[in-house]
Amino acid sequence: METYTMPDKTGRFGNYGGRFVPELLMPALLELEEVYEEAKNDPEFAEELDNYLKQYAGRETPLYFAEKFSRVLGGPKIFLKREDLNHTGAHKINNTIGQALLTLRMGKKKVVAETGAGQHGVATATVCARFGLDCIIFMGEEDIKRQELNVFRMELLGAEVRSVKGGSRTLKDATNEALRYWAGHVNDTHYILGSAVGPHPFPMIVRDFQSVIGRETRKQMLEQCGRLPDAVVACVGGGSNAIGMFYPFIEDESVKLYGVEAAGEGLASGRHASALARGKDGILHGTLSKLLQDEYGQVKEACSISAGLDYPGVGPEHSYLHDLKRVSYTSVTDVEALEAFQLLTKTEGILPALESSHAVAYAMKLAKTMKPEETLVICLSGRGDKDVEHVKKRLEE
Amino acid sequence: MGKVNLKKYLQSVLSVGKKLFIPYIMAGDGGLDALEERINFLSACGVSAIELGIPFSDPVADGPVIQRAGIRALKNGTTLEGVLERLKAFKESRTVPVIIMTYLNPVFQYGLERFARDAEEAGVSGIIIPDVPLEEEGLISGVLRKYGIAHIRLVALTSPEKRAKEIAVRSEGFLYAVSVMGTTGTREKHDAEVGGYLRKLKKISPVPVLAGFGVSNAEQARNLSSFCDGVIVGSKIVQLFNEGKREEIRRLIMDSVSVGMNV
Repeated sequence: METYTMPDKTGRFGNYGGRFVPELLMPALLELEEVYEEAKNDPEFAEELDNYLKQYAGRETPLYFAEKFSRVLGGPKIFLKREDLNHTGAHKINNTIGQALLTLRMGKKKVVAETGAGQHGVATATVCARFGLDCIIFMGEEDIKRQELNVFRMELLGAEVRSVKGGSRTLKDATNEALRYWAGHVNDTHYILGSAVGPHPFPMIVRDFQSVIGRETRKQMLEQCGRLPDAVVACVGGGSNAIGMFYPFIEDESVKLYGVEAAGEGLASGRHASALARGKDGILHGTLSKLLQDEYGQVKEACSISAGLDYPGVGPEHSYLHDLKRVSYTSVTDVEALEAFQLLTKTEGILPALESSHAVAYAMKLAKTMKPEETLVICLSGRGDKDVEHVKKRLEE
Repeated sequence: MGKVNLKKYLQSVLSVGKKLFIPYIMAGDGGLDALEERINFLSACGVSAIELGIPFSDPVADGPVIQRAGIRALKNGTTLEGVLERLKAFKESRTVPVIIMTYLNPVFQYGLERFARDAEEAGVSGIIIPDVPLEEEGLISGVLRKYGIAHIRLVALTSPEKRAKEIAVRSEGFLYAVSVMGTTGTREKHDAEVGGYLRKLKKISPVPVLAGFGVSNAEQARNLSSFCDGVIVGSKIVQLFNEGKREEIRRLIMDSVSVGMNV
């Protein structure tokens, strides 16, 4: 494959991406782009970021050979990239540390963010506590009810959690409200967007900060197996852990990449979150990408057992890689994810987040088609402790 | 009235010493059947043009009042297609120009060229798309030009001077000066800097400059109009229509455009 250089200067990944935002926000996006470019070329920034990732977030995370799980499935050697072992329990901290450092570099003292289940909200509140930034988190009223403990965690960390009562009262609406708030406070506030979505430069910045996942995995595979993996699987909501895992492998043609969306109650039911499988090109939250919408361009509500995948859009780079056929996108249902959750827990003693369970579920299918001498890496993006109560309810039903 | 040259039309209103007043209403709020009657009512109140909002599920530039109006309109089954058909049906009887305000996605799904063509046939004179900044307007400016629909650009308090100038020079019909930091909806008062901002825009803009966002009473309207060519009032009008307070709408418009009271 040729050198991969996306996005272009205008923030496009082919036809996807861009900056479809009100003029009020454009100067802030241009400033962010400029500050990020400077930071990227500043060795001191890289050193500072690496230091926080190591000493504060606990990197590098292990690439764990799940021998027992592999044996049970009877296929390839399966490795788990343990992003669940990061501080705050998921990959989200990789991005929030980076963006908090950018916030300081821009001289801003306040931060706003959206959150669905609360993972990104907690990761944002955490770095804001560490770096002394004021923090407001928008969260849908529905999600607040479902994730009471995460709300309390954020408040303990000093963040103000604002309930969003509009629309479906979930992640999509929390993002709308965060964007509205940002428009009103853009002069002193940075928006720490949590996924590889939104207007340029966010999809690029989030990808770059999350790429530490793929870079480490690449190095660890070479150390442990002496070669690159044959297949890499990651779950895709907005797609930040997936793009972070895939990006360093894009030019390695031998490595097959699989992105797993949430099929909810099944693609045929219409109650799912599979923007790449069932969406059409559309514009939401500042970016042009695949989007679940009706024929009139009204955005549909997504549906998934996993709050982190419950988003009607997807990062623009995933739409591009989908069209390019460099990544194979697929989806698994709530039921399949629950089965995977239980199997990995029982065989390895590792509770995956329900989001990550989607990747595990697809890996279980994929393993059947692979040979024992092959290797498969699953991005275990987060830990499942947050989901235990929810899983209990579902299993009792 | 079908499509007009918006800039010339507004300049002719200004040339008789009046200030411009453009109310915003949400298409389909109160049912699509209410559209013609509401436009006629506003026209009779003496407005300069009408900004007609197309409901969208995720209106990030709008505050609570217009968000709720959009939800009501969508519940009524309002679609862009339906609105354009309705506008076409009574275009001859209209007495003021109609401008459509829509987020990009409904237009994108409708088809950009098909939209421009149908809007022209429906007698739409201009379009405002709040989520299309300069950087992205290439997507749609071509087809709008082809069908002669004025592409009204928005400028913001955060736009640096050079950028504001580029926006003003490109804007067609008029320049929409967003006069608050944030979304649409009532504000007690505008920041002191807004006067200077509007005055500066007035100097660099080859088209009329209208202030919008946060304007909710006649005093604000007159005050802001004294720095530019007039105002756009959205949330307040939407709210008064929803509450059935038509007399208040009439008074708001009359008091806003009345000459001499703002000195």
